[in-house]
Amino acid sequence: MTPVFLTFVLVLSIFLGFELISKVPSTLHTPLMSGSNAISGVTLVGAIASFHLNQSAFGIILGTAAVCLATINVVGGYVVTDRMLGMFKKKVGGEK
Amino acid sequence: MDLSIIINFSYIISAALFIFGLKMLSSPATARKGNTLSAIGMLLAIIAALVSQGIDYKWIALGMAAGGVIGFFAARLVAMTAMPEMVAIFNGFGGAASLLLAWFEYSGKYQGNDLAPVFTAIVLVLSIFIGGMTFSGSMIAWGKLSEKISGKPYLFSGQHIVNIIIIATALGLSVLFAMNPGEGNFYLLILIAVALVFGVMSVIPIGGADMPVVIALLNSYSGIAACAAGFVIHNNILIVAGALVGASGIILTNIMCKAMNRSLANVLFSGFGAVTVSGAGGQVDQGEVRPATAEDVYYILEAADSVAFVPGYGLAVAQAQHQVRELGEILEKNGTDVQYAIHPVAGRMPGHMNVLLAEANVPYDQLIEMDDINPNMETVDVVVVIGANDVVNPAALEDESSPIYGMPIIEVHRAKTVIVLKRSMSPGFAGIQNALFFNDNTRMFFGDAKASITGLIAEFKGS
Repeated sequence: MTPVFLTFVLVLSIFLGFELISKVPSTLHTPLMSGSNAISGVTLVGAIASFHLNQSAFGIILGTAAVCLATINVVGGYVVTDRMLGMFKKKVGGEK
Repeated sequence: MDLSIIINFSYIISAALFIFGLKMLSSPATARKGNTLSAIGMLLAIIAALVSQGIDYKWIALGMAAGGVIGFFAARLVAMTAMPEMVAIFNGFGGAASLLLAWFEYSGKYQGNDLAPVFTAIVLVLSIFIGGMTFSGSMIAWGKLSEKISGKPYLFSGQHIVNIIIIATALGLSVLFAMNPGEGNFYLLILIAVALVFGVMSVIPIGGADMPVVIALLNSYSGIAACAAGFVIHNNILIVAGALVGASGIILTNIMCKAMNRSLANVLFSGFGAVTVSGAGGQVDQGEVRPATAEDVYYILEAADSVAFVPGYGLAVAQAQHQVRELGEILEKNGTDVQYAIHPVAGRMPGHMNVLLAEANVPYDQLIEMDDINPNMETVDVVVVIGANDVVNPAALEDESSPIYGMPIIEVHRAKTVIVLKRSMSPGFAGIQNALFFNDNTRMFFGDAKASITGLIAEFKGS
């Protein structure tokens, strides 16, 4: 993939991101931040795809550490966001 | 069909799921499903990556197992009051992961040869620098938030010059590296060290009260770092997801800045949070405050048709959210309309107060945003301000000489009656006297917030 194509993807994503996030109410800003922690753990996908066989010992340390830290973000981010959003309830007994 | 096409196609679906997930976060009713959708997108992308040929499953499995266990337990065990620390640390891990990935890619693929084009060299340097500063900056932010290190702004003369020197050094190293990436390992190592120092330098001058802005900004950096790492390994899902997170962090930073009356430049060039209080506050008239007892407040609340609570940082400190909810329920049973008006910077991070109240079982339809309650403020019978001060200070609207002039506030002074729960008459964070306390329609209810509200609940139950 060429740099130009990747930059194209980047620019569109940024616009889309601004569009989407500006619609999130301030009530949900904390879950938004923990949720975006999880999404930034996407580095995990890159680390897996790049973890080819026959790495040097040093490479293995770097790669495994990257996988581990990114997994913490992905798992921790989604689980804590789910836990938080589960607390947001509508009025009990209120008309549905 | 080529395997890489299937993998890339899966990435596109993942990206779509992330986008839908964020879209559903626009309402508390759909937010939880949105998060699940986003998680499914991530799972799909991970599976797609695992299908790649010739990857080393042994180490990947080890890293994922360790990270999964740590992440899961951290997320289950963290207290809701400690969410800012959690987000700060996750920001740091995100940055570190991107740094490590870029470094890993370099050491395995480009070191010792001349395969890396200039473009790759540039994005390598970017992801390493941004990732490094995000990591060390986040660790300092975490230390400040968890009070492991002092929340006081740490300033010394010539700080800006030191920062300029650091940036110049980083630029110089980047150029040296980009000229011959294959032999540039040495420069890269120094660059990592410089990035770590820069992260520390950019967060230490910022005071504890301004941490909401900083973690929002670091959140953005962690996304940008992931994005840059995506360019290094030519992976578009990293670019899309990183850009979404980067945009999210920037918007939150902007909202926080507006709500705290600071410019983004003020944040980026540090040194803020140390704004010394000028003589502006505390002069002129003021007059007398009208203190109230628990009994007085009870009669006022008992007779009210609509009550709005305005919780602030003080409420979280006093851990009084459960008592407030209990009082709210008693009032509702009494036929009173109860709302919670929440300022964007209430709590210790964006939206934190909403989470704390949700945890205390306050239904989200009672959580009202500042911009939604202000137009209707005249119709509110009683506003109960708990542990908030600057965010209800009318000086922000009226007094041009006030340091908080221009900051958006919850305009409680326009309500029929205001009850302020406060420990004493001492001014708030910004050190500014609040004219609200001296208004004719304001009653001061002095004491510890938790004890005061418990006292009120007792009054209601005793009657």
